[in-house]
Amino acid sequence: MRRIISLLMENEPGALSRVVGLFSQRSYNIDSLTVAPTEDNSLSRLTVMTSGDERKIEQITKHLNKLIDVVKLVDLSESAHIERELMLIKVKAVGAQRAEVQRLADIFRGQIVDITATALSIQVTGTSDKLDAFIAAQAENTVLEVARTGVCGISRGDKVLTL
Amino acid sequence: MEQLSGGDMLTRALHDEGVDLIFGYPGGAVLHIYDAIFKQDKIEHILVRHEQAATHAADGYARATGKPGVVLVTSGPGATNAVTGIATAYMDSIPMVILSGQVESRLIGTDGFQETDMVGISRPIVKHSFMVEDAADIPMIVKKAFHIATTGRPGPVVIDIPKDVTDPKVKHPYEYPKDIKMRSYTVPGKGHSGQIKKAVEALLGAKRPMIYAGGGVIQGEGAELLTKLTQKLGYPITNTLMGLGAYPASDPQFLGMLGMHGTYEANMAMHYCDVLLGIGVRFDDRVTNSDTSKFCPDATILHVDIDPASISKTVAADVPIVGSVTAVLEEMLECLEQSQQAIDAEALETWWQQIAKWREKDSLGVTPHTNGIIKPQQVVQAVHRITKGDAYISTDVGQHQMFAAQYYGFDKPRRWINSGGLGTMGFGFPAAMGVQLAFPEAISVCITGEGSFQMNLQEFATCMQYNLPVKIICLNNQSLGMVRQWQDMQYGGRYSHSTYAESLPDFVKLAEAYGHVGIRIENLGELDAKLEEAFALKDRLVFVDVMVDPEEHVYPMAIKGGAMKDMILSKTERT
Ligand SMILES: Cc1ncc(C[n+]2csc(CCOP(=O)(O)OP(=O)(O)O)c2C)c(N)n1
Ligand SMILES: [Mg+2]
Repeated sequence: MRRIISLLMENEPGALSRVVGLFSQRSYNIDSLTVAPTEDNSLSRLTVMTSGDERKIEQITKHLNKLIDVVKLVDLSESAHIERELMLIKVKAVGAQRAEVQRLADIFRGQIVDITATALSIQVTGTSDKLDAFIAAQAENTVLEVARTGVCGISRGDKVLTL
Repeated sequence: MEQLSGGDMLTRALHDEGVDLIFGYPGGAVLHIYDAIFKQDKIEHILVRHEQAATHAADGYARATGKPGVVLVTSGPGATNAVTGIATAYMDSIPMVILSGQVESRLIGTDGFQETDMVGISRPIVKHSFMVEDAADIPMIVKKAFHIATTGRPGPVVIDIPKDVTDPKVKHPYEYPKDIKMRSYTVPGKGHSGQIKKAVEALLGAKRPMIYAGGGVIQGEGAELLTKLTQKLGYPITNTLMGLGAYPASDPQFLGMLGMHGTYEANMAMHYCDVLLGIGVRFDDRVTNSDTSKFCPDATILHVDIDPASISKTVAADVPIVGSVTAVLEEMLECLEQSQQAIDAEALETWWQQIAKWREKDSLGVTPHTNGIIKPQQVVQAVHRITKGDAYISTDVGQHQMFAAQYYGFDKPRRWINSGGLGTMGFGFPAAMGVQLAFPEAISVCITGEGSFQMNLQEFATCMQYNLPVKIICLNNQSLGMVRQWQDMQYGGRYSHSTYAESLPDFVKLAEAYGHVGIRIENLGELDAKLEEAFALKDRLVFVDVMVDPEEHVYPMAIKGGAMKDMILSKTERT
């Protein structure tokens, strides 16, 4: 089962390596990982996408909570939430292909952010599925490069992850 | 405010934290700290002969006293030598603070001389770690380190200290913080009252109850309350390897140790119980055997632990309770007091009759040889007799460890000092030093094997320097006995690299070379007299080299992949 765990941790050196280390040490999966400071400079927010059965997810959240640097944690996938990922993708596009790529980008509400004589760079945001679909929609052998941020998210409604 | 250098701050902070003893070994990165130690008289420093021994000695001290052990090592090889001891403490949840020197801040990351990323290397084997970036932070970091190491589920904490931070020329105002607040660290206290009530109801409703108590009861100082609860209920109880002494072994309600080398009656009672109270335990694979689906098939499982991550990790708990053992036990006792529910006395009587039948198997019975060859079990029994069951027993790892666990009945907590989780050969001797330093008047015994002892025998010198009259009882079977046992049982007796009889040192001479007393015992007839002689030398370290039967195996032994009821009872009998 795919899960998105989001946590607030002390913005201290070593905090991130403790989280990542925990996953490798106990052989939990990291499908994606994002981390950046929050509005409060002393805190970082880390979002990890992982997978496993109930039992495993329970262990993951318990062990994360045990880390001294982790202040608070939420399993976003437990309730309604919004998740987004950003992708920058560079595709080969010459001649008639250029219009086709442009059309695809429009359908996926992507933006063209750079352009050369032979390639287009597009920014797409959305759920991971949507980004996957955008890649799949490209013509064969035209994808030159993909950079994705990994998933981040927040709960729907008034529920917040703060101290 | 007082102005102190980083080095002086460290020694002062340790003193203000209540530390009076540290174990260490000097080197370039910690020379400022060693100079600070030289200039004060509040903290005693014990110079070991290898950093691994410093960690084990601090560990033994912590296990025997309940106070945190403190270690000081230099950067690079000093720090890496300490790693095994840190991992040992981590696996058994022992409070320890390790101060490791680090190269100067400006050299970090340059592969400087004796630089190693200690925070990185130790990360998976510590509860937490700190890198000191500014000397002014030392008091707060020390305070936090001890707080983290000693509260909740205890564990080792590393403080890595770059050399420039302890520069004697740079001074900072010093004040030791009175208390600390950490928004990211809270210590579980009381358990959930509703859950506790549920657990007590389940216990009272049991027909075949069983109590399974572990190291958490000892670490959490819950032995007395546990004994009270167990006796009030009149239920059978077993202790894990880590929990020996949590309940008095000489009491009839005690069924002995459980698990891989547990008694027949303890393992049978576990398998057939209908309500199991696990307290301060972690359902470790050496207890449950490898296939947890076969574990206690009929039991409602009540699990009390201070670490939420230990609950339902390997075996799902029906009634999980997170809290300190003392708080939970107190509340359970209160609940029991107030409950109208009566114990099913008839069922309990039948259960005890069943247990009595299992006990008749006498799974720890020893049949002596008639030819004078000593069985290792007899040595432990003799040590128990001579020390009146009142010694501190440290061990290494192997057959001798299991014999010590099985045959030295521990009536008090903190008397059994053993590396249960990591199973570290080389632990016993330095740990026994730590115990002796904590309790100079007590009898500190190290029951060891000739294999394990050779992993830290350099500590003979430390014992000479500080007059530590540790009694070392070496069950010399001239082999890596536990390895050999497995090779007998699973590898057709092919002793691949587990024997070395022809190259063993003369341990008696070795002890004498370091200025100690060595005694060899070769015949059963002389066992008692010579052991008495050893223990009579109260102020001397005595190494007793006891030649024991190398053919002996440790039994009972769990059958791999089976349930707890599946055991090998002797070379010819299984359940
Ligand atoms: C540091 C370390 N290395 C290897 C082992 C694996 N091991 C477990 S028991 C054992 C044999 C120990 O021999 P000895 O100390 O003579 O004890 P005996 O089993 O003979 O009583 C070994 C090698 C270990 N536990 N620790
Ligand atoms: Mg041996």
